[in-house]
Amino acid sequence: MLTAPVLNYSLLAPILVVLGGALLGVLVEAFLSKAVRPAAQLAIALGTLVLSFAQIIRVRNLTSLTAAVNSVTIDGAGVFIQGTILVLAFIALLLIADQDNFAAQASAVPGSEEERSAIATGKIQTEIFPLTLFAVAGMMLFPLASDLITLFVALEVLSLPLYLMAGLSRRRRLLSQEAALKYFLLGAYSSAFFLFGAAFLYGFSGSLSLNGIAAAITGGQGNDVFLLIGIAFLSVGLLFKVGAVPFHSWTPDVYQGAPTPITAFMAACTKVAAFGATLRIFYVGLSAAQWEWKPIITVVAILTMAVGAIAAIAQRDVKRALAFSSIAHAGFLLTGVLALNKSGLSASLFYIVAYGFTTIGAFGIVTLVRDSAGEVTDLNRWIGLGKKSPFISGMFVLFLLSFAGIPLTSGFIGKFSLFNAAYETGNITVVVVGVLASAVAAFFYLRIVVMLFFTEPTNDSVTVVIPSIMTRFAITFCALVTVVLGVYPSLLLNTTQTFANFLK
Amino acid sequence: MDISNYLYLSALLFTIGAVGVVVRRNAIVVFMCIELMLNAANLAFVTFSRINGNLDGQVASFFTMVVAACEVVVGLAIIVTIYRSRRSASVDDASLLKR
Repeated sequence: MLTAPVLNYSLLAPILVVLGGALLGVLVEAFLSKAVRPAAQLAIALGTLVLSFAQIIRVRNLTSLTAAVNSVTIDGAGVFIQGTILVLAFIALLLIADQDNFAAQASAVPGSEEERSAIATGKIQTEIFPLTLFAVAGMMLFPLASDLITLFVALEVLSLPLYLMAGLSRRRRLLSQEAALKYFLLGAYSSAFFLFGAAFLYGFSGSLSLNGIAAAITGGQGNDVFLLIGIAFLSVGLLFKVGAVPFHSWTPDVYQGAPTPITAFMAACTKVAAFGATLRIFYVGLSAAQWEWKPIITVVAILTMAVGAIAAIAQRDVKRALAFSSIAHAGFLLTGVLALNKSGLSASLFYIVAYGFTTIGAFGIVTLVRDSAGEVTDLNRWIGLGKKSPFISGMFVLFLLSFAGIPLTSGFIGKFSLFNAAYETGNITVVVVGVLASAVAAFFYLRIVVMLFFTEPTNDSVTVVIPSIMTRFAITFCALVTVVLGVYPSLLLNTTQTFANFLK
Repeated sequence: MDISNYLYLSALLFTIGAVGVVVRRNAIVVFMCIELMLNAANLAFVTFSRINGNLDGQVASFFTMVVAACEVVVGLAIIVTIYRSRRSASVDDASLLKR
């Protein structure tokens, strides 16, 4: 007699709400008239995220902590990461909804008559909203997934919409499509590695669940060759998603080519989700085998910090520069993975929040700097922008200072607590490299500050457009979070310490 | 027959796929190589399922097939779009983003 598995829908509610909202968005896209569609899509998307957040608050207080036959674990760190993704996605959606950033008809050939008539008659598709929601649902499942199948499915559910979203830019469509192609081919390549690693971890332990793998490592009865192959290939897949060196080469291309609001969304939310999953896999599944993977991940973390910070200096495009800075931040976050203790986890959670808001704010400002042809991302044309629009430039400087880890910004507290956790575990090398990389990166950030404020403007065609209420809210909110977390870090530090636990 | 031969075959297929992605130039062929890698992982899952004596691996291979099908949908959409705007599906031609 076959018994139906207990899925525990009430615990899965935050994810299911988002998926439901995405499906509703698909229906709206098909059946509503083009006049009301953008507003309806935005309302559905934002409403879904709020509703899902309410579900998270409810789930937090429930006692049963695994759902879907132990393949999803709802624990402190998982819930915290889910909440972070939702808030970040909400802010990113405000940027996404704002201006005409997306291709009217993604299937129309760039520069064709079809494209022109679609824009002229207002036949504009709004599928970006359901796609965003599908990606958010995958991101929310990824850090909670505690078996290898669920991890793989969640990884694909979050990636597939992102591949498409990267190719939807209205201006510079060839660049955008190229970014989508590169992101897709390399992303699929890395998920094949992930899957092959998953197969070998299953071969080692005879179990697909992270707990089963951990038990098999402790028991020591499996074939160690399978374990090593499994860890290596699984790590390649994960390190690709977080954008760590040597698997980072897609990051600058995709960040530059994708529409800027999408870049903001994926830089912040994807990194949060991917680090959530990475932390869970290494803390819960593989911590008993730490002597096998720690040396490799240490080298990767050091390389990531160094390459990210040094390569950022040479960039002339602001989106590419921010991409390399996000690579460096992935390196800093890897030191939290290496710490393997509660303070490391708590510091990582804090850092994820600080990094996410700062990133969305910085890319939000990039969407505002324009000339007649669209966004201007060439750093040389940003020279002297501080004289023209001191307020927006000042905000940008604030975000850069937070990236650099200057005191009184959230980035400082994040870096301090991460390095502190790494130092506690005796990982001095990583801390030294981290501090040096921060210093190198600070040079790069301060160079931009000098360009913005202390150099005479040369080019007059670049202007900062007056932001709409949504963008204004998004950027202001990010700036507030950056400052408040820098001045009163205990507001969040206490929370991350309470939430910093994985259910093993 | 020794069951570990299936693992060698799986590793061989995976390697052919991984090398193919790096050396081939046509986006469709690159994509086929990725599919080959996914199928190699599937073969490993099923083999391990037999070795371990439980069905988890076979279930995993079904999920892989479904996900691979979704990937084809998204991937071909992207490749077809880029072919229509460039009249070429070569990954070498798509190099505007290189500095």
